[in-house]
Amino acid sequence: MNQERAIWVVGDYRNYFQNRVTLQLLAKAGELAAKMDGTVCAVVMGHGVEEWVGEYQAHGAQRIYVMDHPLLSEYLPGLFARALESLARQRRPEIILIGATSFGKELAARAASRLGTGLTADCVDLYLDQEGRFVQVAPAYGGNLLAEIVFPRHRPQMATVRPGAFAEMPHDASARAEIIRLDPPAGLSGDGVRLVSCRRLGYQGEDLENAKVVICGGRGLGSRKKFKNLHELARLLGGEVGATRPVVHADWAEEERLVGQAGKHIKPRLLFSLGVSGAIQHTAGIADPEFTIAVNKNPLAVMMQKADVAIKADAHQVALALIRELKARGSS
Amino acid sequence: MRIVVFVKQVPAVSELPWDAKTGQLRREAAEGMMDPAAKRALEAALRLKDAHGAQVIVISMGPPSAEETLREAVAMGADRGFLLCDPRLAGADTLATSYTLARAVGALSPDFDLILLGCHSADSETGQVGPHLAEELGLPAAAYVEKMALKGRKLTVERVSDGWLETLEMDLPALLTVTARAFRPRPVPMTGLEQAFGQGEVFILSAADLRADPEHVGWAGSAGRIIKIYAPAAQKKGELIQGTPKACVRELMARFGDRLGGLLAKDLSGEEQA
Ligand SMILES: Cc1cc2nc3c(=O)[nH]c(=O)nc-3n(C[C@H](O)[C@H](O)[C@H](O)COP(=O)(O)OP(=O)(O)OC[C@H]3O[C@@H](n4cnc5c(N)ncnc54)[C@H](O)[C@@H]3O)c2cc1C
Repeated sequence: MNQERAIWVVGDYRNYFQNRVTLQLLAKAGELAAKMDGTVCAVVMGHGVEEWVGEYQAHGAQRIYVMDHPLLSEYLPGLFARALESLARQRRPEIILIGATSFGKELAARAASRLGTGLTADCVDLYLDQEGRFVQVAPAYGGNLLAEIVFPRHRPQMATVRPGAFAEMPHDASARAEIIRLDPPAGLSGDGVRLVSCRRLGYQGEDLENAKVVICGGRGLGSRKKFKNLHELARLLGGEVGATRPVVHADWAEEERLVGQAGKHIKPRLLFSLGVSGAIQHTAGIADPEFTIAVNKNPLAVMMQKADVAIKADAHQVALALIRELKARGSS
Repeated sequence: MRIVVFVKQVPAVSELPWDAKTGQLRREAAEGMMDPAAKRALEAALRLKDAHGAQVIVISMGPPSAEETLREAVAMGADRGFLLCDPRLAGADTLATSYTLARAVGALSPDFDLILLGCHSADSETGQVGPHLAEELGLPAAAYVEKMALKGRKLTVERVSDGWLETLEMDLPALLTVTARAFRPRPVPMTGLEQAFGQGEVFILSAADLRADPEHVGWAGSAGRIIKIYAPAAQKKGELIQGTPKACVRELMARFGDRLGGLLAKDLSGEEQA
C-alpha cells in the first residue's frame, strides 16, 4: 500500500451547491495522478454523507474513504482534523488537497500540525515538474508575487487551493469508484469545542457569485459617492456590483460585495473592472470571464493587462459616460 | 487571568492605512504598523481585562522595528511586550512559526488562560498560524471569531465560517483568532504612547532564550522551499482605448458594441426599440 501514490481530496460539502472547490480539486488531482501513476481518492467525513459520496464518485474520485458516524455529525475542524490525521497515518497519501474555504483552511492547518508536515496556503496552481516534484504555486509577499514551492522532505504534501483555480469535470453518473468504509478512530473526540448552534446566514452575495455580468469597482473610483454610480451601471447592464478590499474597508460597499480570495468567487461572462489594480488576491476570485473591460489611469496596471479592452481614462468619468450612452441606446 | 496576544507588524501597504473620510492614504503610517486583525485581538483581550481583570502580555516575532508595534500595544493597555527577534527565526513558514510561538508561550506564560491572534494578517498571512498553534499547544480553538463572552471558565464565541453563523463553547485554556471586523480597537492614547516609548515593558528575546530547537525554527524548520518567485504574468493581449471618457465609451461601443450586446443578450445598437 505504501508503494501506491495517492492524491487525496478532502470533501468539504457543507456548501456543496455554492462552492464547488472539492469537485475542482478532484479534476486537478485526476490530471496529476495520470502523470505520476497515482490514484485520486476522496475523503468524506461526517454523518449521513452518502449523497456526497455519490457526487464525488460522479466527479472523478477513483476511490472514496468514507467515515460516516454520529461522532462526526458536527462540522468542526478540530474534530475532522483528528479523523483525517488517523486516516492519513494509516494510508500514507502522497498529497492531500483541501479547498481554501474558511473551514478547509482551519482543518488543513490543524491536520498538518498533527501530521507534522508542511502546508501551502491558497494555491492558485499545482503541477508536477520535470523531476516529478509536486509544485505548489501560491501568492507571496502580499500577493504581488507568485512563489513556486516544493516540499523536499515532508510527507504528505498538503495544500489548500483557491476555489475557482481549476474547472470541475462534468457529472458522470456511470462512473464507479472503489468505496472504502471506515470507522472513526477509537475514542475519537474533538478538541474540546462544542457546537451550540449554527445556522446558514441569509444573503451572502449568491447573486454576485452567479452573475453573468459583474461591474467591479476599486479604489480608483475615488469616493463612496462616485462608487454608488456603479449600481446604476449594473442596473442598466443587468449585472451585479463587486468591490475590492480597499473599497469594502473604506465602507463604499458592503462586505458581501468583496470579490477575491477573502470574498466572493465570481464567474461572469462579462466583467467591467473600474479603478482596480488587479492584485492577485482580487483576481483569484474571478474565473476567466469571456470578455473583460478595464478602466484605469495606469495602462500598466495588471487588470489592464488582463483585459480584452483596456480603457486608459478616469474610472468615474467613464462610468458616467457609459451610463449616459446606455441610456441613450434605450437600455433603461 | 492571563492572556497572551500575538501581534505582527505588517508593512503599511497602500491599501490599509486609508482614511475613509478624506480618501487619503495615511502616510504617517507608511512604514510598519500593527496588523489590523492582531490589533482587534489585542482589543478583545483588553476588553476581558477591563471586565474581569487580566494580565495581558503581547508577543511578536519579527525584525527589530517590530518593537514599535509592541510599544503601541503597551500604550493601548497591555502589561508587557516581548519581541522574538533573531536572524535564526527568519524565513519561517507557518509550521516553524507556530513551533516558535508555542515555545514562547512555554517560556513566557506557561500558565496562560487564553491565547488570541488575528485570523489573517494583512501582508501575506495564510490564516494557518492560529490553528497550527492550537495544535502545538493542544488547545480547544476557534478561528474567525467576532464575539465572545466569558462566564467563569467557560468561553462562548460566535463566528462566521463559509456563510454559517456558529456559536461555539469551550473551557479555558483556549485559543481564538479574531477577524478584522469585530472588536473595533480603542485609540492609542498619546500620553500612553509617550510613556510606552519612554520606559515601557518591552523585552527582546532570542531563539536561545526560548530554548527552541534550531532545527525547528526559521528557514531550517520550514517544510517548503521556494524554487521560483515571479510577478504573475498578464495573460491577454487586449486593445487599448484612450482619450476623453466620452470618446472612449463611443469607441468601445463602436468597436465592441455587438460583442457586448451578445454577452448581455441585449440590443445595444441604439436603434429604435419596438
Ligand atoms: C491576505 C490578503 C487577502 C486579500 N484578499 C483580497 C480580496 O479578497 N479581494 C480584494 O479585492 N483584495 C484583497 N486583498 C487586497 C489586495 O492585495 C489589493 O490590495 C486590493 O485588491 C487592491 O484593491 P484596488 O485595486 O481597489 O486598489 P489599488 O491597488 O490601490 O488600485 C487602485 C487602482 O486604481 C487606479 N486609479 C487610481 N485613480 C484612478 C482614476 N481616477 N481612474 C481610474 N483608475 C484610477 C490605480 O492606477 C490603481 O491601479 C487581499 C490582500 C491580502 C494580503
